[in-house]
Amino acid sequence: MTTKRLQIKNVSVKFGGLSALQDVSFEIDDNQLLGFIGPNGAGKTTLMRVIMGMITPLSGSVFLDGKNITGLKSVQRIHAGVALGQQIVKPLRQMSLLDNVALASGGAKLLSPLRALMVRERSEEREVAQELLIQVGLGDHAQKLPNELPLGFLKRLEVARALALNPLLLLLDEPLAGLSKPEAEQMADLIASLPRKGLSVIMIEHNLPQVQRVCPTLYVQSNGRALAFGATNKVIAEPEVRRAYLGVDA
Amino acid sequence: MTYEIVVLTNMAIAVLFALSLNVITGFCGQVSLGHAAFLGIGAYTSAMLSKAGVPIVITFIPAMGMAALIGLIVGVASLRVRHDFLAITTMGVVFLFTGIVRKQELLGGEIGIAGIPAPDFGRIGLLMTSLLCVLAYLLFTIWIRRSWTGFAFDSISEDEDTATLLGINVPKFKLFAFIVGTAGAGLAGALYAHQVRFIGPDSFGFVESISVLAMVIVGGIGSIWGVILSAAFLSALPQFFQVIDDYKLLVYGLLLFGAMRFAPDGIDGLLRKVSRWRAVK
Repeated sequence: MTTKRLQIKNVSVKFGGLSALQDVSFEIDDNQLLGFIGPNGAGKTTLMRVIMGMITPLSGSVFLDGKNITGLKSVQRIHAGVALGQQIVKPLRQMSLLDNVALASGGAKLLSPLRALMVRERSEEREVAQELLIQVGLGDHAQKLPNELPLGFLKRLEVARALALNPLLLLLDEPLAGLSKPEAEQMADLIASLPRKGLSVIMIEHNLPQVQRVCPTLYVQSNGRALAFGATNKVIAEPEVRRAYLGVDA
Repeated sequence: MTYEIVVLTNMAIAVLFALSLNVITGFCGQVSLGHAAFLGIGAYTSAMLSKAGVPIVITFIPAMGMAALIGLIVGVASLRVRHDFLAITTMGVVFLFTGIVRKQELLGGEIGIAGIPAPDFGRIGLLMTSLLCVLAYLLFTIWIRRSWTGFAFDSISEDEDTATLLGINVPKFKLFAFIVGTAGAGLAGALYAHQVRFIGPDSFGFVESISVLAMVIVGGIGSIWGVILSAAFLSALPQFFQVIDDYKLLVYGLLLFGAMRFAPDGIDGLLRKVSRWRAVK
């Protein structure tokens, strides 16, 4: 049996009396790009936060490369290989783009202040950061502060920062939201190229044309329940999905 | 000459005290309204030990250690609170400290501890020792600032959640800031005890906590040189102008208000603005 990059097994989450996730299970292979769609309130972000360890599930387990990471804290999961690009971009506004990304590539020294205290050199991380910024099309803006740049650029910064963590699994929460059509296309192309570099990506997105264009596999969730999972074109064609997500009859 | 030496020693102690709060509040972004408690812990520890016959300079180590230990406990208790809740929690610490000290006869209760031994090395020796302590702590804070610890602090002070998502173990870094900051305050307290040679609970109350916070804010939160300038100036001012000492709370309150309203980046920010303006001209 091959080990999956990520396995979600029977995860349930409740907020007070409200069931946000009910017995959700799915999995993703190595080097796979999975689209993740669902209507508002479907529990998409909640599931991402469960994977990141920001929410503890009522029941169920999360496995990364076969290792149970359910009990790990967020920071431990990040160092185990999970990274998150948030829906609302949160750059560190007092730092240049280069330092935003360089900090993320700091690795194990960020786990201990004493270890971090022994190191002053940042040139290696800045080189990595510069390469990543070039990769996401921000190479010319490396020395700028986030406040000097529009949202589309900051979305790319969010991706570059997540990539700097050298993840096995990248979670992207609505990376195309708020972008113009050409910007969204560029960003979708960039995301589509990531599995070729050895990582798996889960992309929550409402921009269905772009999801259909770049994601070979799709997972649909509605009202906290898994609705469909499989090849994108087949999933989109399912009557239940069309009713729940697209609001059209089969 | 003696008066000038006393003033300079007070300035050095104030600078050390303000630099120590700057590590917690300036570098790591954790607002503390109870920092005077750690000055007090250092002062009482050093005073008691030196009265028991321990050489003064040796008492500096347990003074720092005791303040850091209590700082670690307060830090652990404060990990789950942020911003205004953290400010209120730390404010509670200073009330707890003075409340406990007032009721402990061993610590002199309301009256405090008198007859703290004068340093064998005289007033000039104490001034030199204070300056050496400031220099050592200053160099350490500069090192922190330029290391990856300072890099991580920058992100934590801006947004703890984002810092976590960048792989930073935020609780450990916050505790480290509390330990370094409170140890510095403990050292300042030890020097203070032997400078004034009499300490009581009122010397380490809420007013002192606000005074040191004013020094950090007026200097520029996180700015090492701004905080040094501000602490040296604000600590010397009441000693030259009695009226300022009489209305210390009012003056510090006005300075805090003025800095937050008109110059939130403090002296450091103003100096940067002037230098940019001169560069443009």
